[in-house]
Amino acid sequence: MNEITAGLWGLLFDGLWITVQLTVYSAALAAVVAFVIGLARTHRLWIVRFLSGAYFEIFRGTSALILMFWIFFVVPLLFGWQLVPMWAAVLALGLTYGAYGSEVVRGSVAAVAPAQREAGIALSFTSAQQLRKIILPQAWPEMVPPFNNLLIELLKGTALVSVVGVGDITREANLVRNATGDSAPVFTVILVMYFVLAFVITRGMRVVERQAKASIGQAPPKSGGITAKLGLRQQVETSQSAGGSS
Amino acid sequence: MSADSTPTDNINPAVDGSELIRFDKVTKRFGSNVVLDNLDFSVNSGKHVTLIGPSGSGKTTILRLLMTLLSPDEGTIKVGGEYLTHEERGGKLVPAGEKHTREVRKNIGMVFQQFNLFPNMKVLRNITEAPVHVLGLSKDEADERARELLDQVGLGDKADAYPSQLSGGQQQRVAIARALAMRPQVLLLDEVTSALDPELVAGVLDVLRDIAHSTDITMLCVTHEMNFARDISDQVLMFDSGRVIESGSAEKIFGDPDHERTREFLSAVL
Ligand SMILES: Nc1ncnc2c1ncn2[C@@H]1O[C@H](COP(=O)(O)OP(=O)(O)O)[C@@H](O)[C@H]1O
Ligand SMILES: [Mg+2]
Repeated sequence: MNEITAGLWGLLFDGLWITVQLTVYSAALAAVVAFVIGLARTHRLWIVRFLSGAYFEIFRGTSALILMFWIFFVVPLLFGWQLVPMWAAVLALGLTYGAYGSEVVRGSVAAVAPAQREAGIALSFTSAQQLRKIILPQAWPEMVPPFNNLLIELLKGTALVSVVGVGDITREANLVRNATGDSAPVFTVILVMYFVLAFVITRGMRVVERQAKASIGQAPPKSGGITAKLGLRQQVETSQSAGGSS
Repeated sequence: MSADSTPTDNINPAVDGSELIRFDKVTKRFGSNVVLDNLDFSVNSGKHVTLIGPSGSGKTTILRLLMTLLSPDEGTIKVGGEYLTHEERGGKLVPAGEKHTREVRKNIGMVFQQFNLFPNMKVLRNITEAPVHVLGLSKDEADERARELLDQVGLGDKADAYPSQLSGGQQQRVAIARALAMRPQVLLLDEVTSALDPELVAGVLDVLRDIAHSTDITMLCVTHEMNFARDISDQVLMFDSGRVIESGSAEKIFGDPDHERTREFLSAVL
């Protein structure tokens, strides 16, 4: 049994970087899919609702892993073009987690009081303006906590990509294990790496949530140094509005 | 609207120049519940008209039809001589497109029982957002006008507050300013004080009295505040079961109504 050498550490950090990239690109695609499908599922035309609902059911019902196999192995046979492994993985993860995310978007939009839309109609806003200026800003803070959960799930889901040959943390860890012949140290290292990534995501999303709430007057905006910004200091949650009434 | 279009049966061609709102044989049902049954009534420009009547008689439904939050099952509604939810095409009356309805609706403002301010915008932006993005006012113009309106409703110092930081009475006064900022010809007021704590009612009613006396805006008002109704109304309509059973001056309706049903209702609420 051997030490994890500097070269092997290099492999692990390459893997970490790939995992970060996968997570960021997949999350970006998933966010676009979540908003497009989620809003389409509240559309007034039934055909739009039907098609977007079908997307949701299909992608929720199939696993990201199977989808990845399809995109990487089957699509080239059927259509004759081959995606690089990284983009096949991003596509599979983005489409799948986008379907989950669409449920978050749909639910949060539906939860905004109907009276808010009526007030928008009374001021002659167009449907698009009502959505952009009234509905989405109020739905957004409600979306952030479930989006955080999905993002963590997505991070963990990136471990699937080693099956199509993408060199993420999990794949590199296996290489390192083969080289050292020792499982415990390297798997402990990647355990910590995943945990740190998840922790950073959660802290980042807390900041996003606080800003989202402040932007609709639900909590005072926090100021302070970088530690406060990242939420690394324990924050005392202030409840509700600070203003007075007369 | 084209001048050469042939009137059909549904259209009432005689439009008095001063008539701002006309309901023509309007029927509204919710399932089997017929809330408005062949309702005819009109409101002249500049008048302050109050709708009274028991709960469930269809008063809110009338205001929501005017605001296009509901559409009539039968009949037509005109505002300023234009059909609200219909359009004339080739001499025929067809359901109006979204764009036509929005144009006609710009003449109408509404204040809701529950205020319905936008919690994601500060007070000033609640008032300026529609003038800027719907009417196309410049930001400076809209800001200036909004501050004047805030002064008028006694909230000149609250421009930068969020709605959640205001009392109900203050929120309702902002909602009035927001509706007025669109310079509507007619203002719809649906029990605007009934969600307020008793001590906050007077402030809101004073603002409305001031508007009624200092502007020529047409007001269509549903209220249980009978003293207020007496002060501002040119005309009072007594509703029961979706029909106007009596209409007249405030003096007449509150002082010496013709109908037994009106008498009963007033003695119950006064
Ligand atoms: N959205 C709705 N769905 C079903 N029934 C409704 C709806 N809105 C109002 N109604 C019914 O219509 C009738 C008139 O209601 P409304 O116009 O609110 O009366 P008012 O304002 O005079 O109290 C009531 O019987 C009420 O139950
Ligand atoms: Mg009512």
